[in-house]
Amino acid sequence: MAKFGRSVVLILALILIVVIITNTAIGSTLISPLITAKILLANFFPVEHTWLDKHETIIIGVRLPRVLLAAFVGGALSTAGCAMQGLLKNPMADPYIIGMSSGAALGASLGFVLMLPVHLMSFMLAVLAIFVVYNISKVGGKVPVDTLLLSGIAIGSLLSAITSMIIFLAQSPHKIIFWIMGGLWNASWEELRITSVMIIFGVLVLYRYAWKLNVMLLGEEEAHYLGVDIEHVKRYVLVFSALVTAAAVSVSGIIGFVGLIIPHIMRILVGPDHRILFPASTLMGAIFLVLCDTFSRTIIAPNELPVGVVTAMFGAPFFIYLLRKRRNSLYA
Amino acid sequence: MLEIKGLSMNYGQRCVLNNIGLKAREGEVVGIIGPNGSGKTTMLKAITKVLKPTYGAVLIDGKDVREMESNEIAKNVAVVSQVISINFEFSVEDIVLMGRTPYIRSSESTEDIKIAMDALKKTNIYHLKDRLITQLSGGELQRVIIARALAQTPKILLLDEPTSHLDITNQIDVLNLVKEASRKGLVVVAVIHDLNLAAYYCDKICLLRDGDVIATGTPRDVLTSSNIGVAFNLPVEVTENSKTNSIFVMPVLEPRNEVSNQR
Repeated sequence: MAKFGRSVVLILALILIVVIITNTAIGSTLISPLITAKILLANFFPVEHTWLDKHETIIIGVRLPRVLLAAFVGGALSTAGCAMQGLLKNPMADPYIIGMSSGAALGASLGFVLMLPVHLMSFMLAVLAIFVVYNISKVGGKVPVDTLLLSGIAIGSLLSAITSMIIFLAQSPHKIIFWIMGGLWNASWEELRITSVMIIFGVLVLYRYAWKLNVMLLGEEEAHYLGVDIEHVKRYVLVFSALVTAAAVSVSGIIGFVGLIIPHIMRILVGPDHRILFPASTLMGAIFLVLCDTFSRTIIAPNELPVGVVTAMFGAPFFIYLLRKRRNSLYA
Repeated sequence: MLEIKGLSMNYGQRCVLNNIGLKAREGEVVGIIGPNGSGKTTMLKAITKVLKPTYGAVLIDGKDVREMESNEIAKNVAVVSQVISINFEFSVEDIVLMGRTPYIRSSESTEDIKIAMDALKKTNIYHLKDRLITQLSGGELQRVIIARALAQTPKILLLDEPTSHLDITNQIDVLNLVKEASRKGLVVVAVIHDLNLAAYYCDKICLLRDGDVIATGTPRDVLTSSNIGVAFNLPVEVTENSKTNSIFVMPVLEPRNEVSNQR
């Protein structure tokens, strides 16, 4: 493991902590980062009580769960994107491209229309979409990558069409549309608890496949010769990418861009070794979404921009800059 | 010992291998030769269970590969295939360490690293260990792939045209490495296109045509002008090369029209 890579991961971890503290401090009520840090630390250590109780309520009750949720969602989407790109050896791959987002959106729309729990419905349909896509692309016990991508796009279009129909027929379509645009305004500790457990579990499982994903970059046949059970890796990486993405999407709606672009940016910075690339992507995804979310909730306060709009508006130009700077292609 | 017994492979209706038998022992370099499409690569794929035989069996020390997990096969059989390039920026050390994959549970042990380093030294590329794989020449890359195969600490080394895109010096270097590995107790089975290199380096040669074994035995017995004529449909002349103590195969060609003669 390269020393450079390790120090990048360490630096990103420190940046994430600073970003979480400072972004919890930012909002309509002015609370200094120092006081914010004290309030946060008071949960773990005895700290002299020098702040207003209402500030503590704002920090702990409102802002912190939102900032943490943004970190978890960003980390989850980015890790899953990283896993999918490595697995499918395709720079266009992210958890959305194989039908997850369409499944989640349909689940949410059904939830709104049929008065069912929206999070649960979107989670279930996202997982169901992956399951259907995986089984459609299965040919004689194997899942060829191109078939997987194509059937993902096909199923995705089908589900999107159904969602459009529901929006068209719905009595209050704006709710569905807002959900699809993606946002973290519903953040609460309860949501955070369920989501974070699923995301931490899924991400840690994906980390365990880092070495095998590295070997699979050499090609499926080479990986087979090196003793990697390719179909097993495909199945598990797909399932756990789906799990963390569904957990994220069910609370945040569809936030584009993070899962696709952050892993690319990190690959340009730290190289293709998933042992480094995975944690670097997770941390960078978390940092990125926390920053974007703060921007989206403050820029036109008291209103909010959908965070998906912000992620694309900041991320795309930066990514284009990196892409131009680097001459050779990402995947040959 | 590698033993292939009555191996037949069909792709749909087409028979690619027909009742093949072959034995390869420790310390032996066995060459598989034959024209394109004669079933050489298919045979290697059957040995590593990439393809399942229609009939017959492949035995490694008496054990059928079909009863082995891919992990277990990788501990016994290493494959050096024709890798033209690797486009991911791994270091040479990382690529060679990937040979330890069948043994690694979660992360590599110091033992794994030591074996990988030994493999780098055996193949004379230790000095390249920190270089990126994307920056190597064809000859260096092929040596990295052989080092990775040795890091698998296999009993059997399979090579699929390991030298076909290398210059003559690198071809000889690579085959010397392979020969040395075999002398240390590996079973080596190599698909080789160059009949003269095959004659020189192999202890035993298996000549295929259209999925049938035409002849098996020592290079001198197998590489006769009549056998090669039948297999490749090409008239050749086989002569003795007293310097290498090996045979030399040369296609019978029309006399050249020298440019100087026309002046």
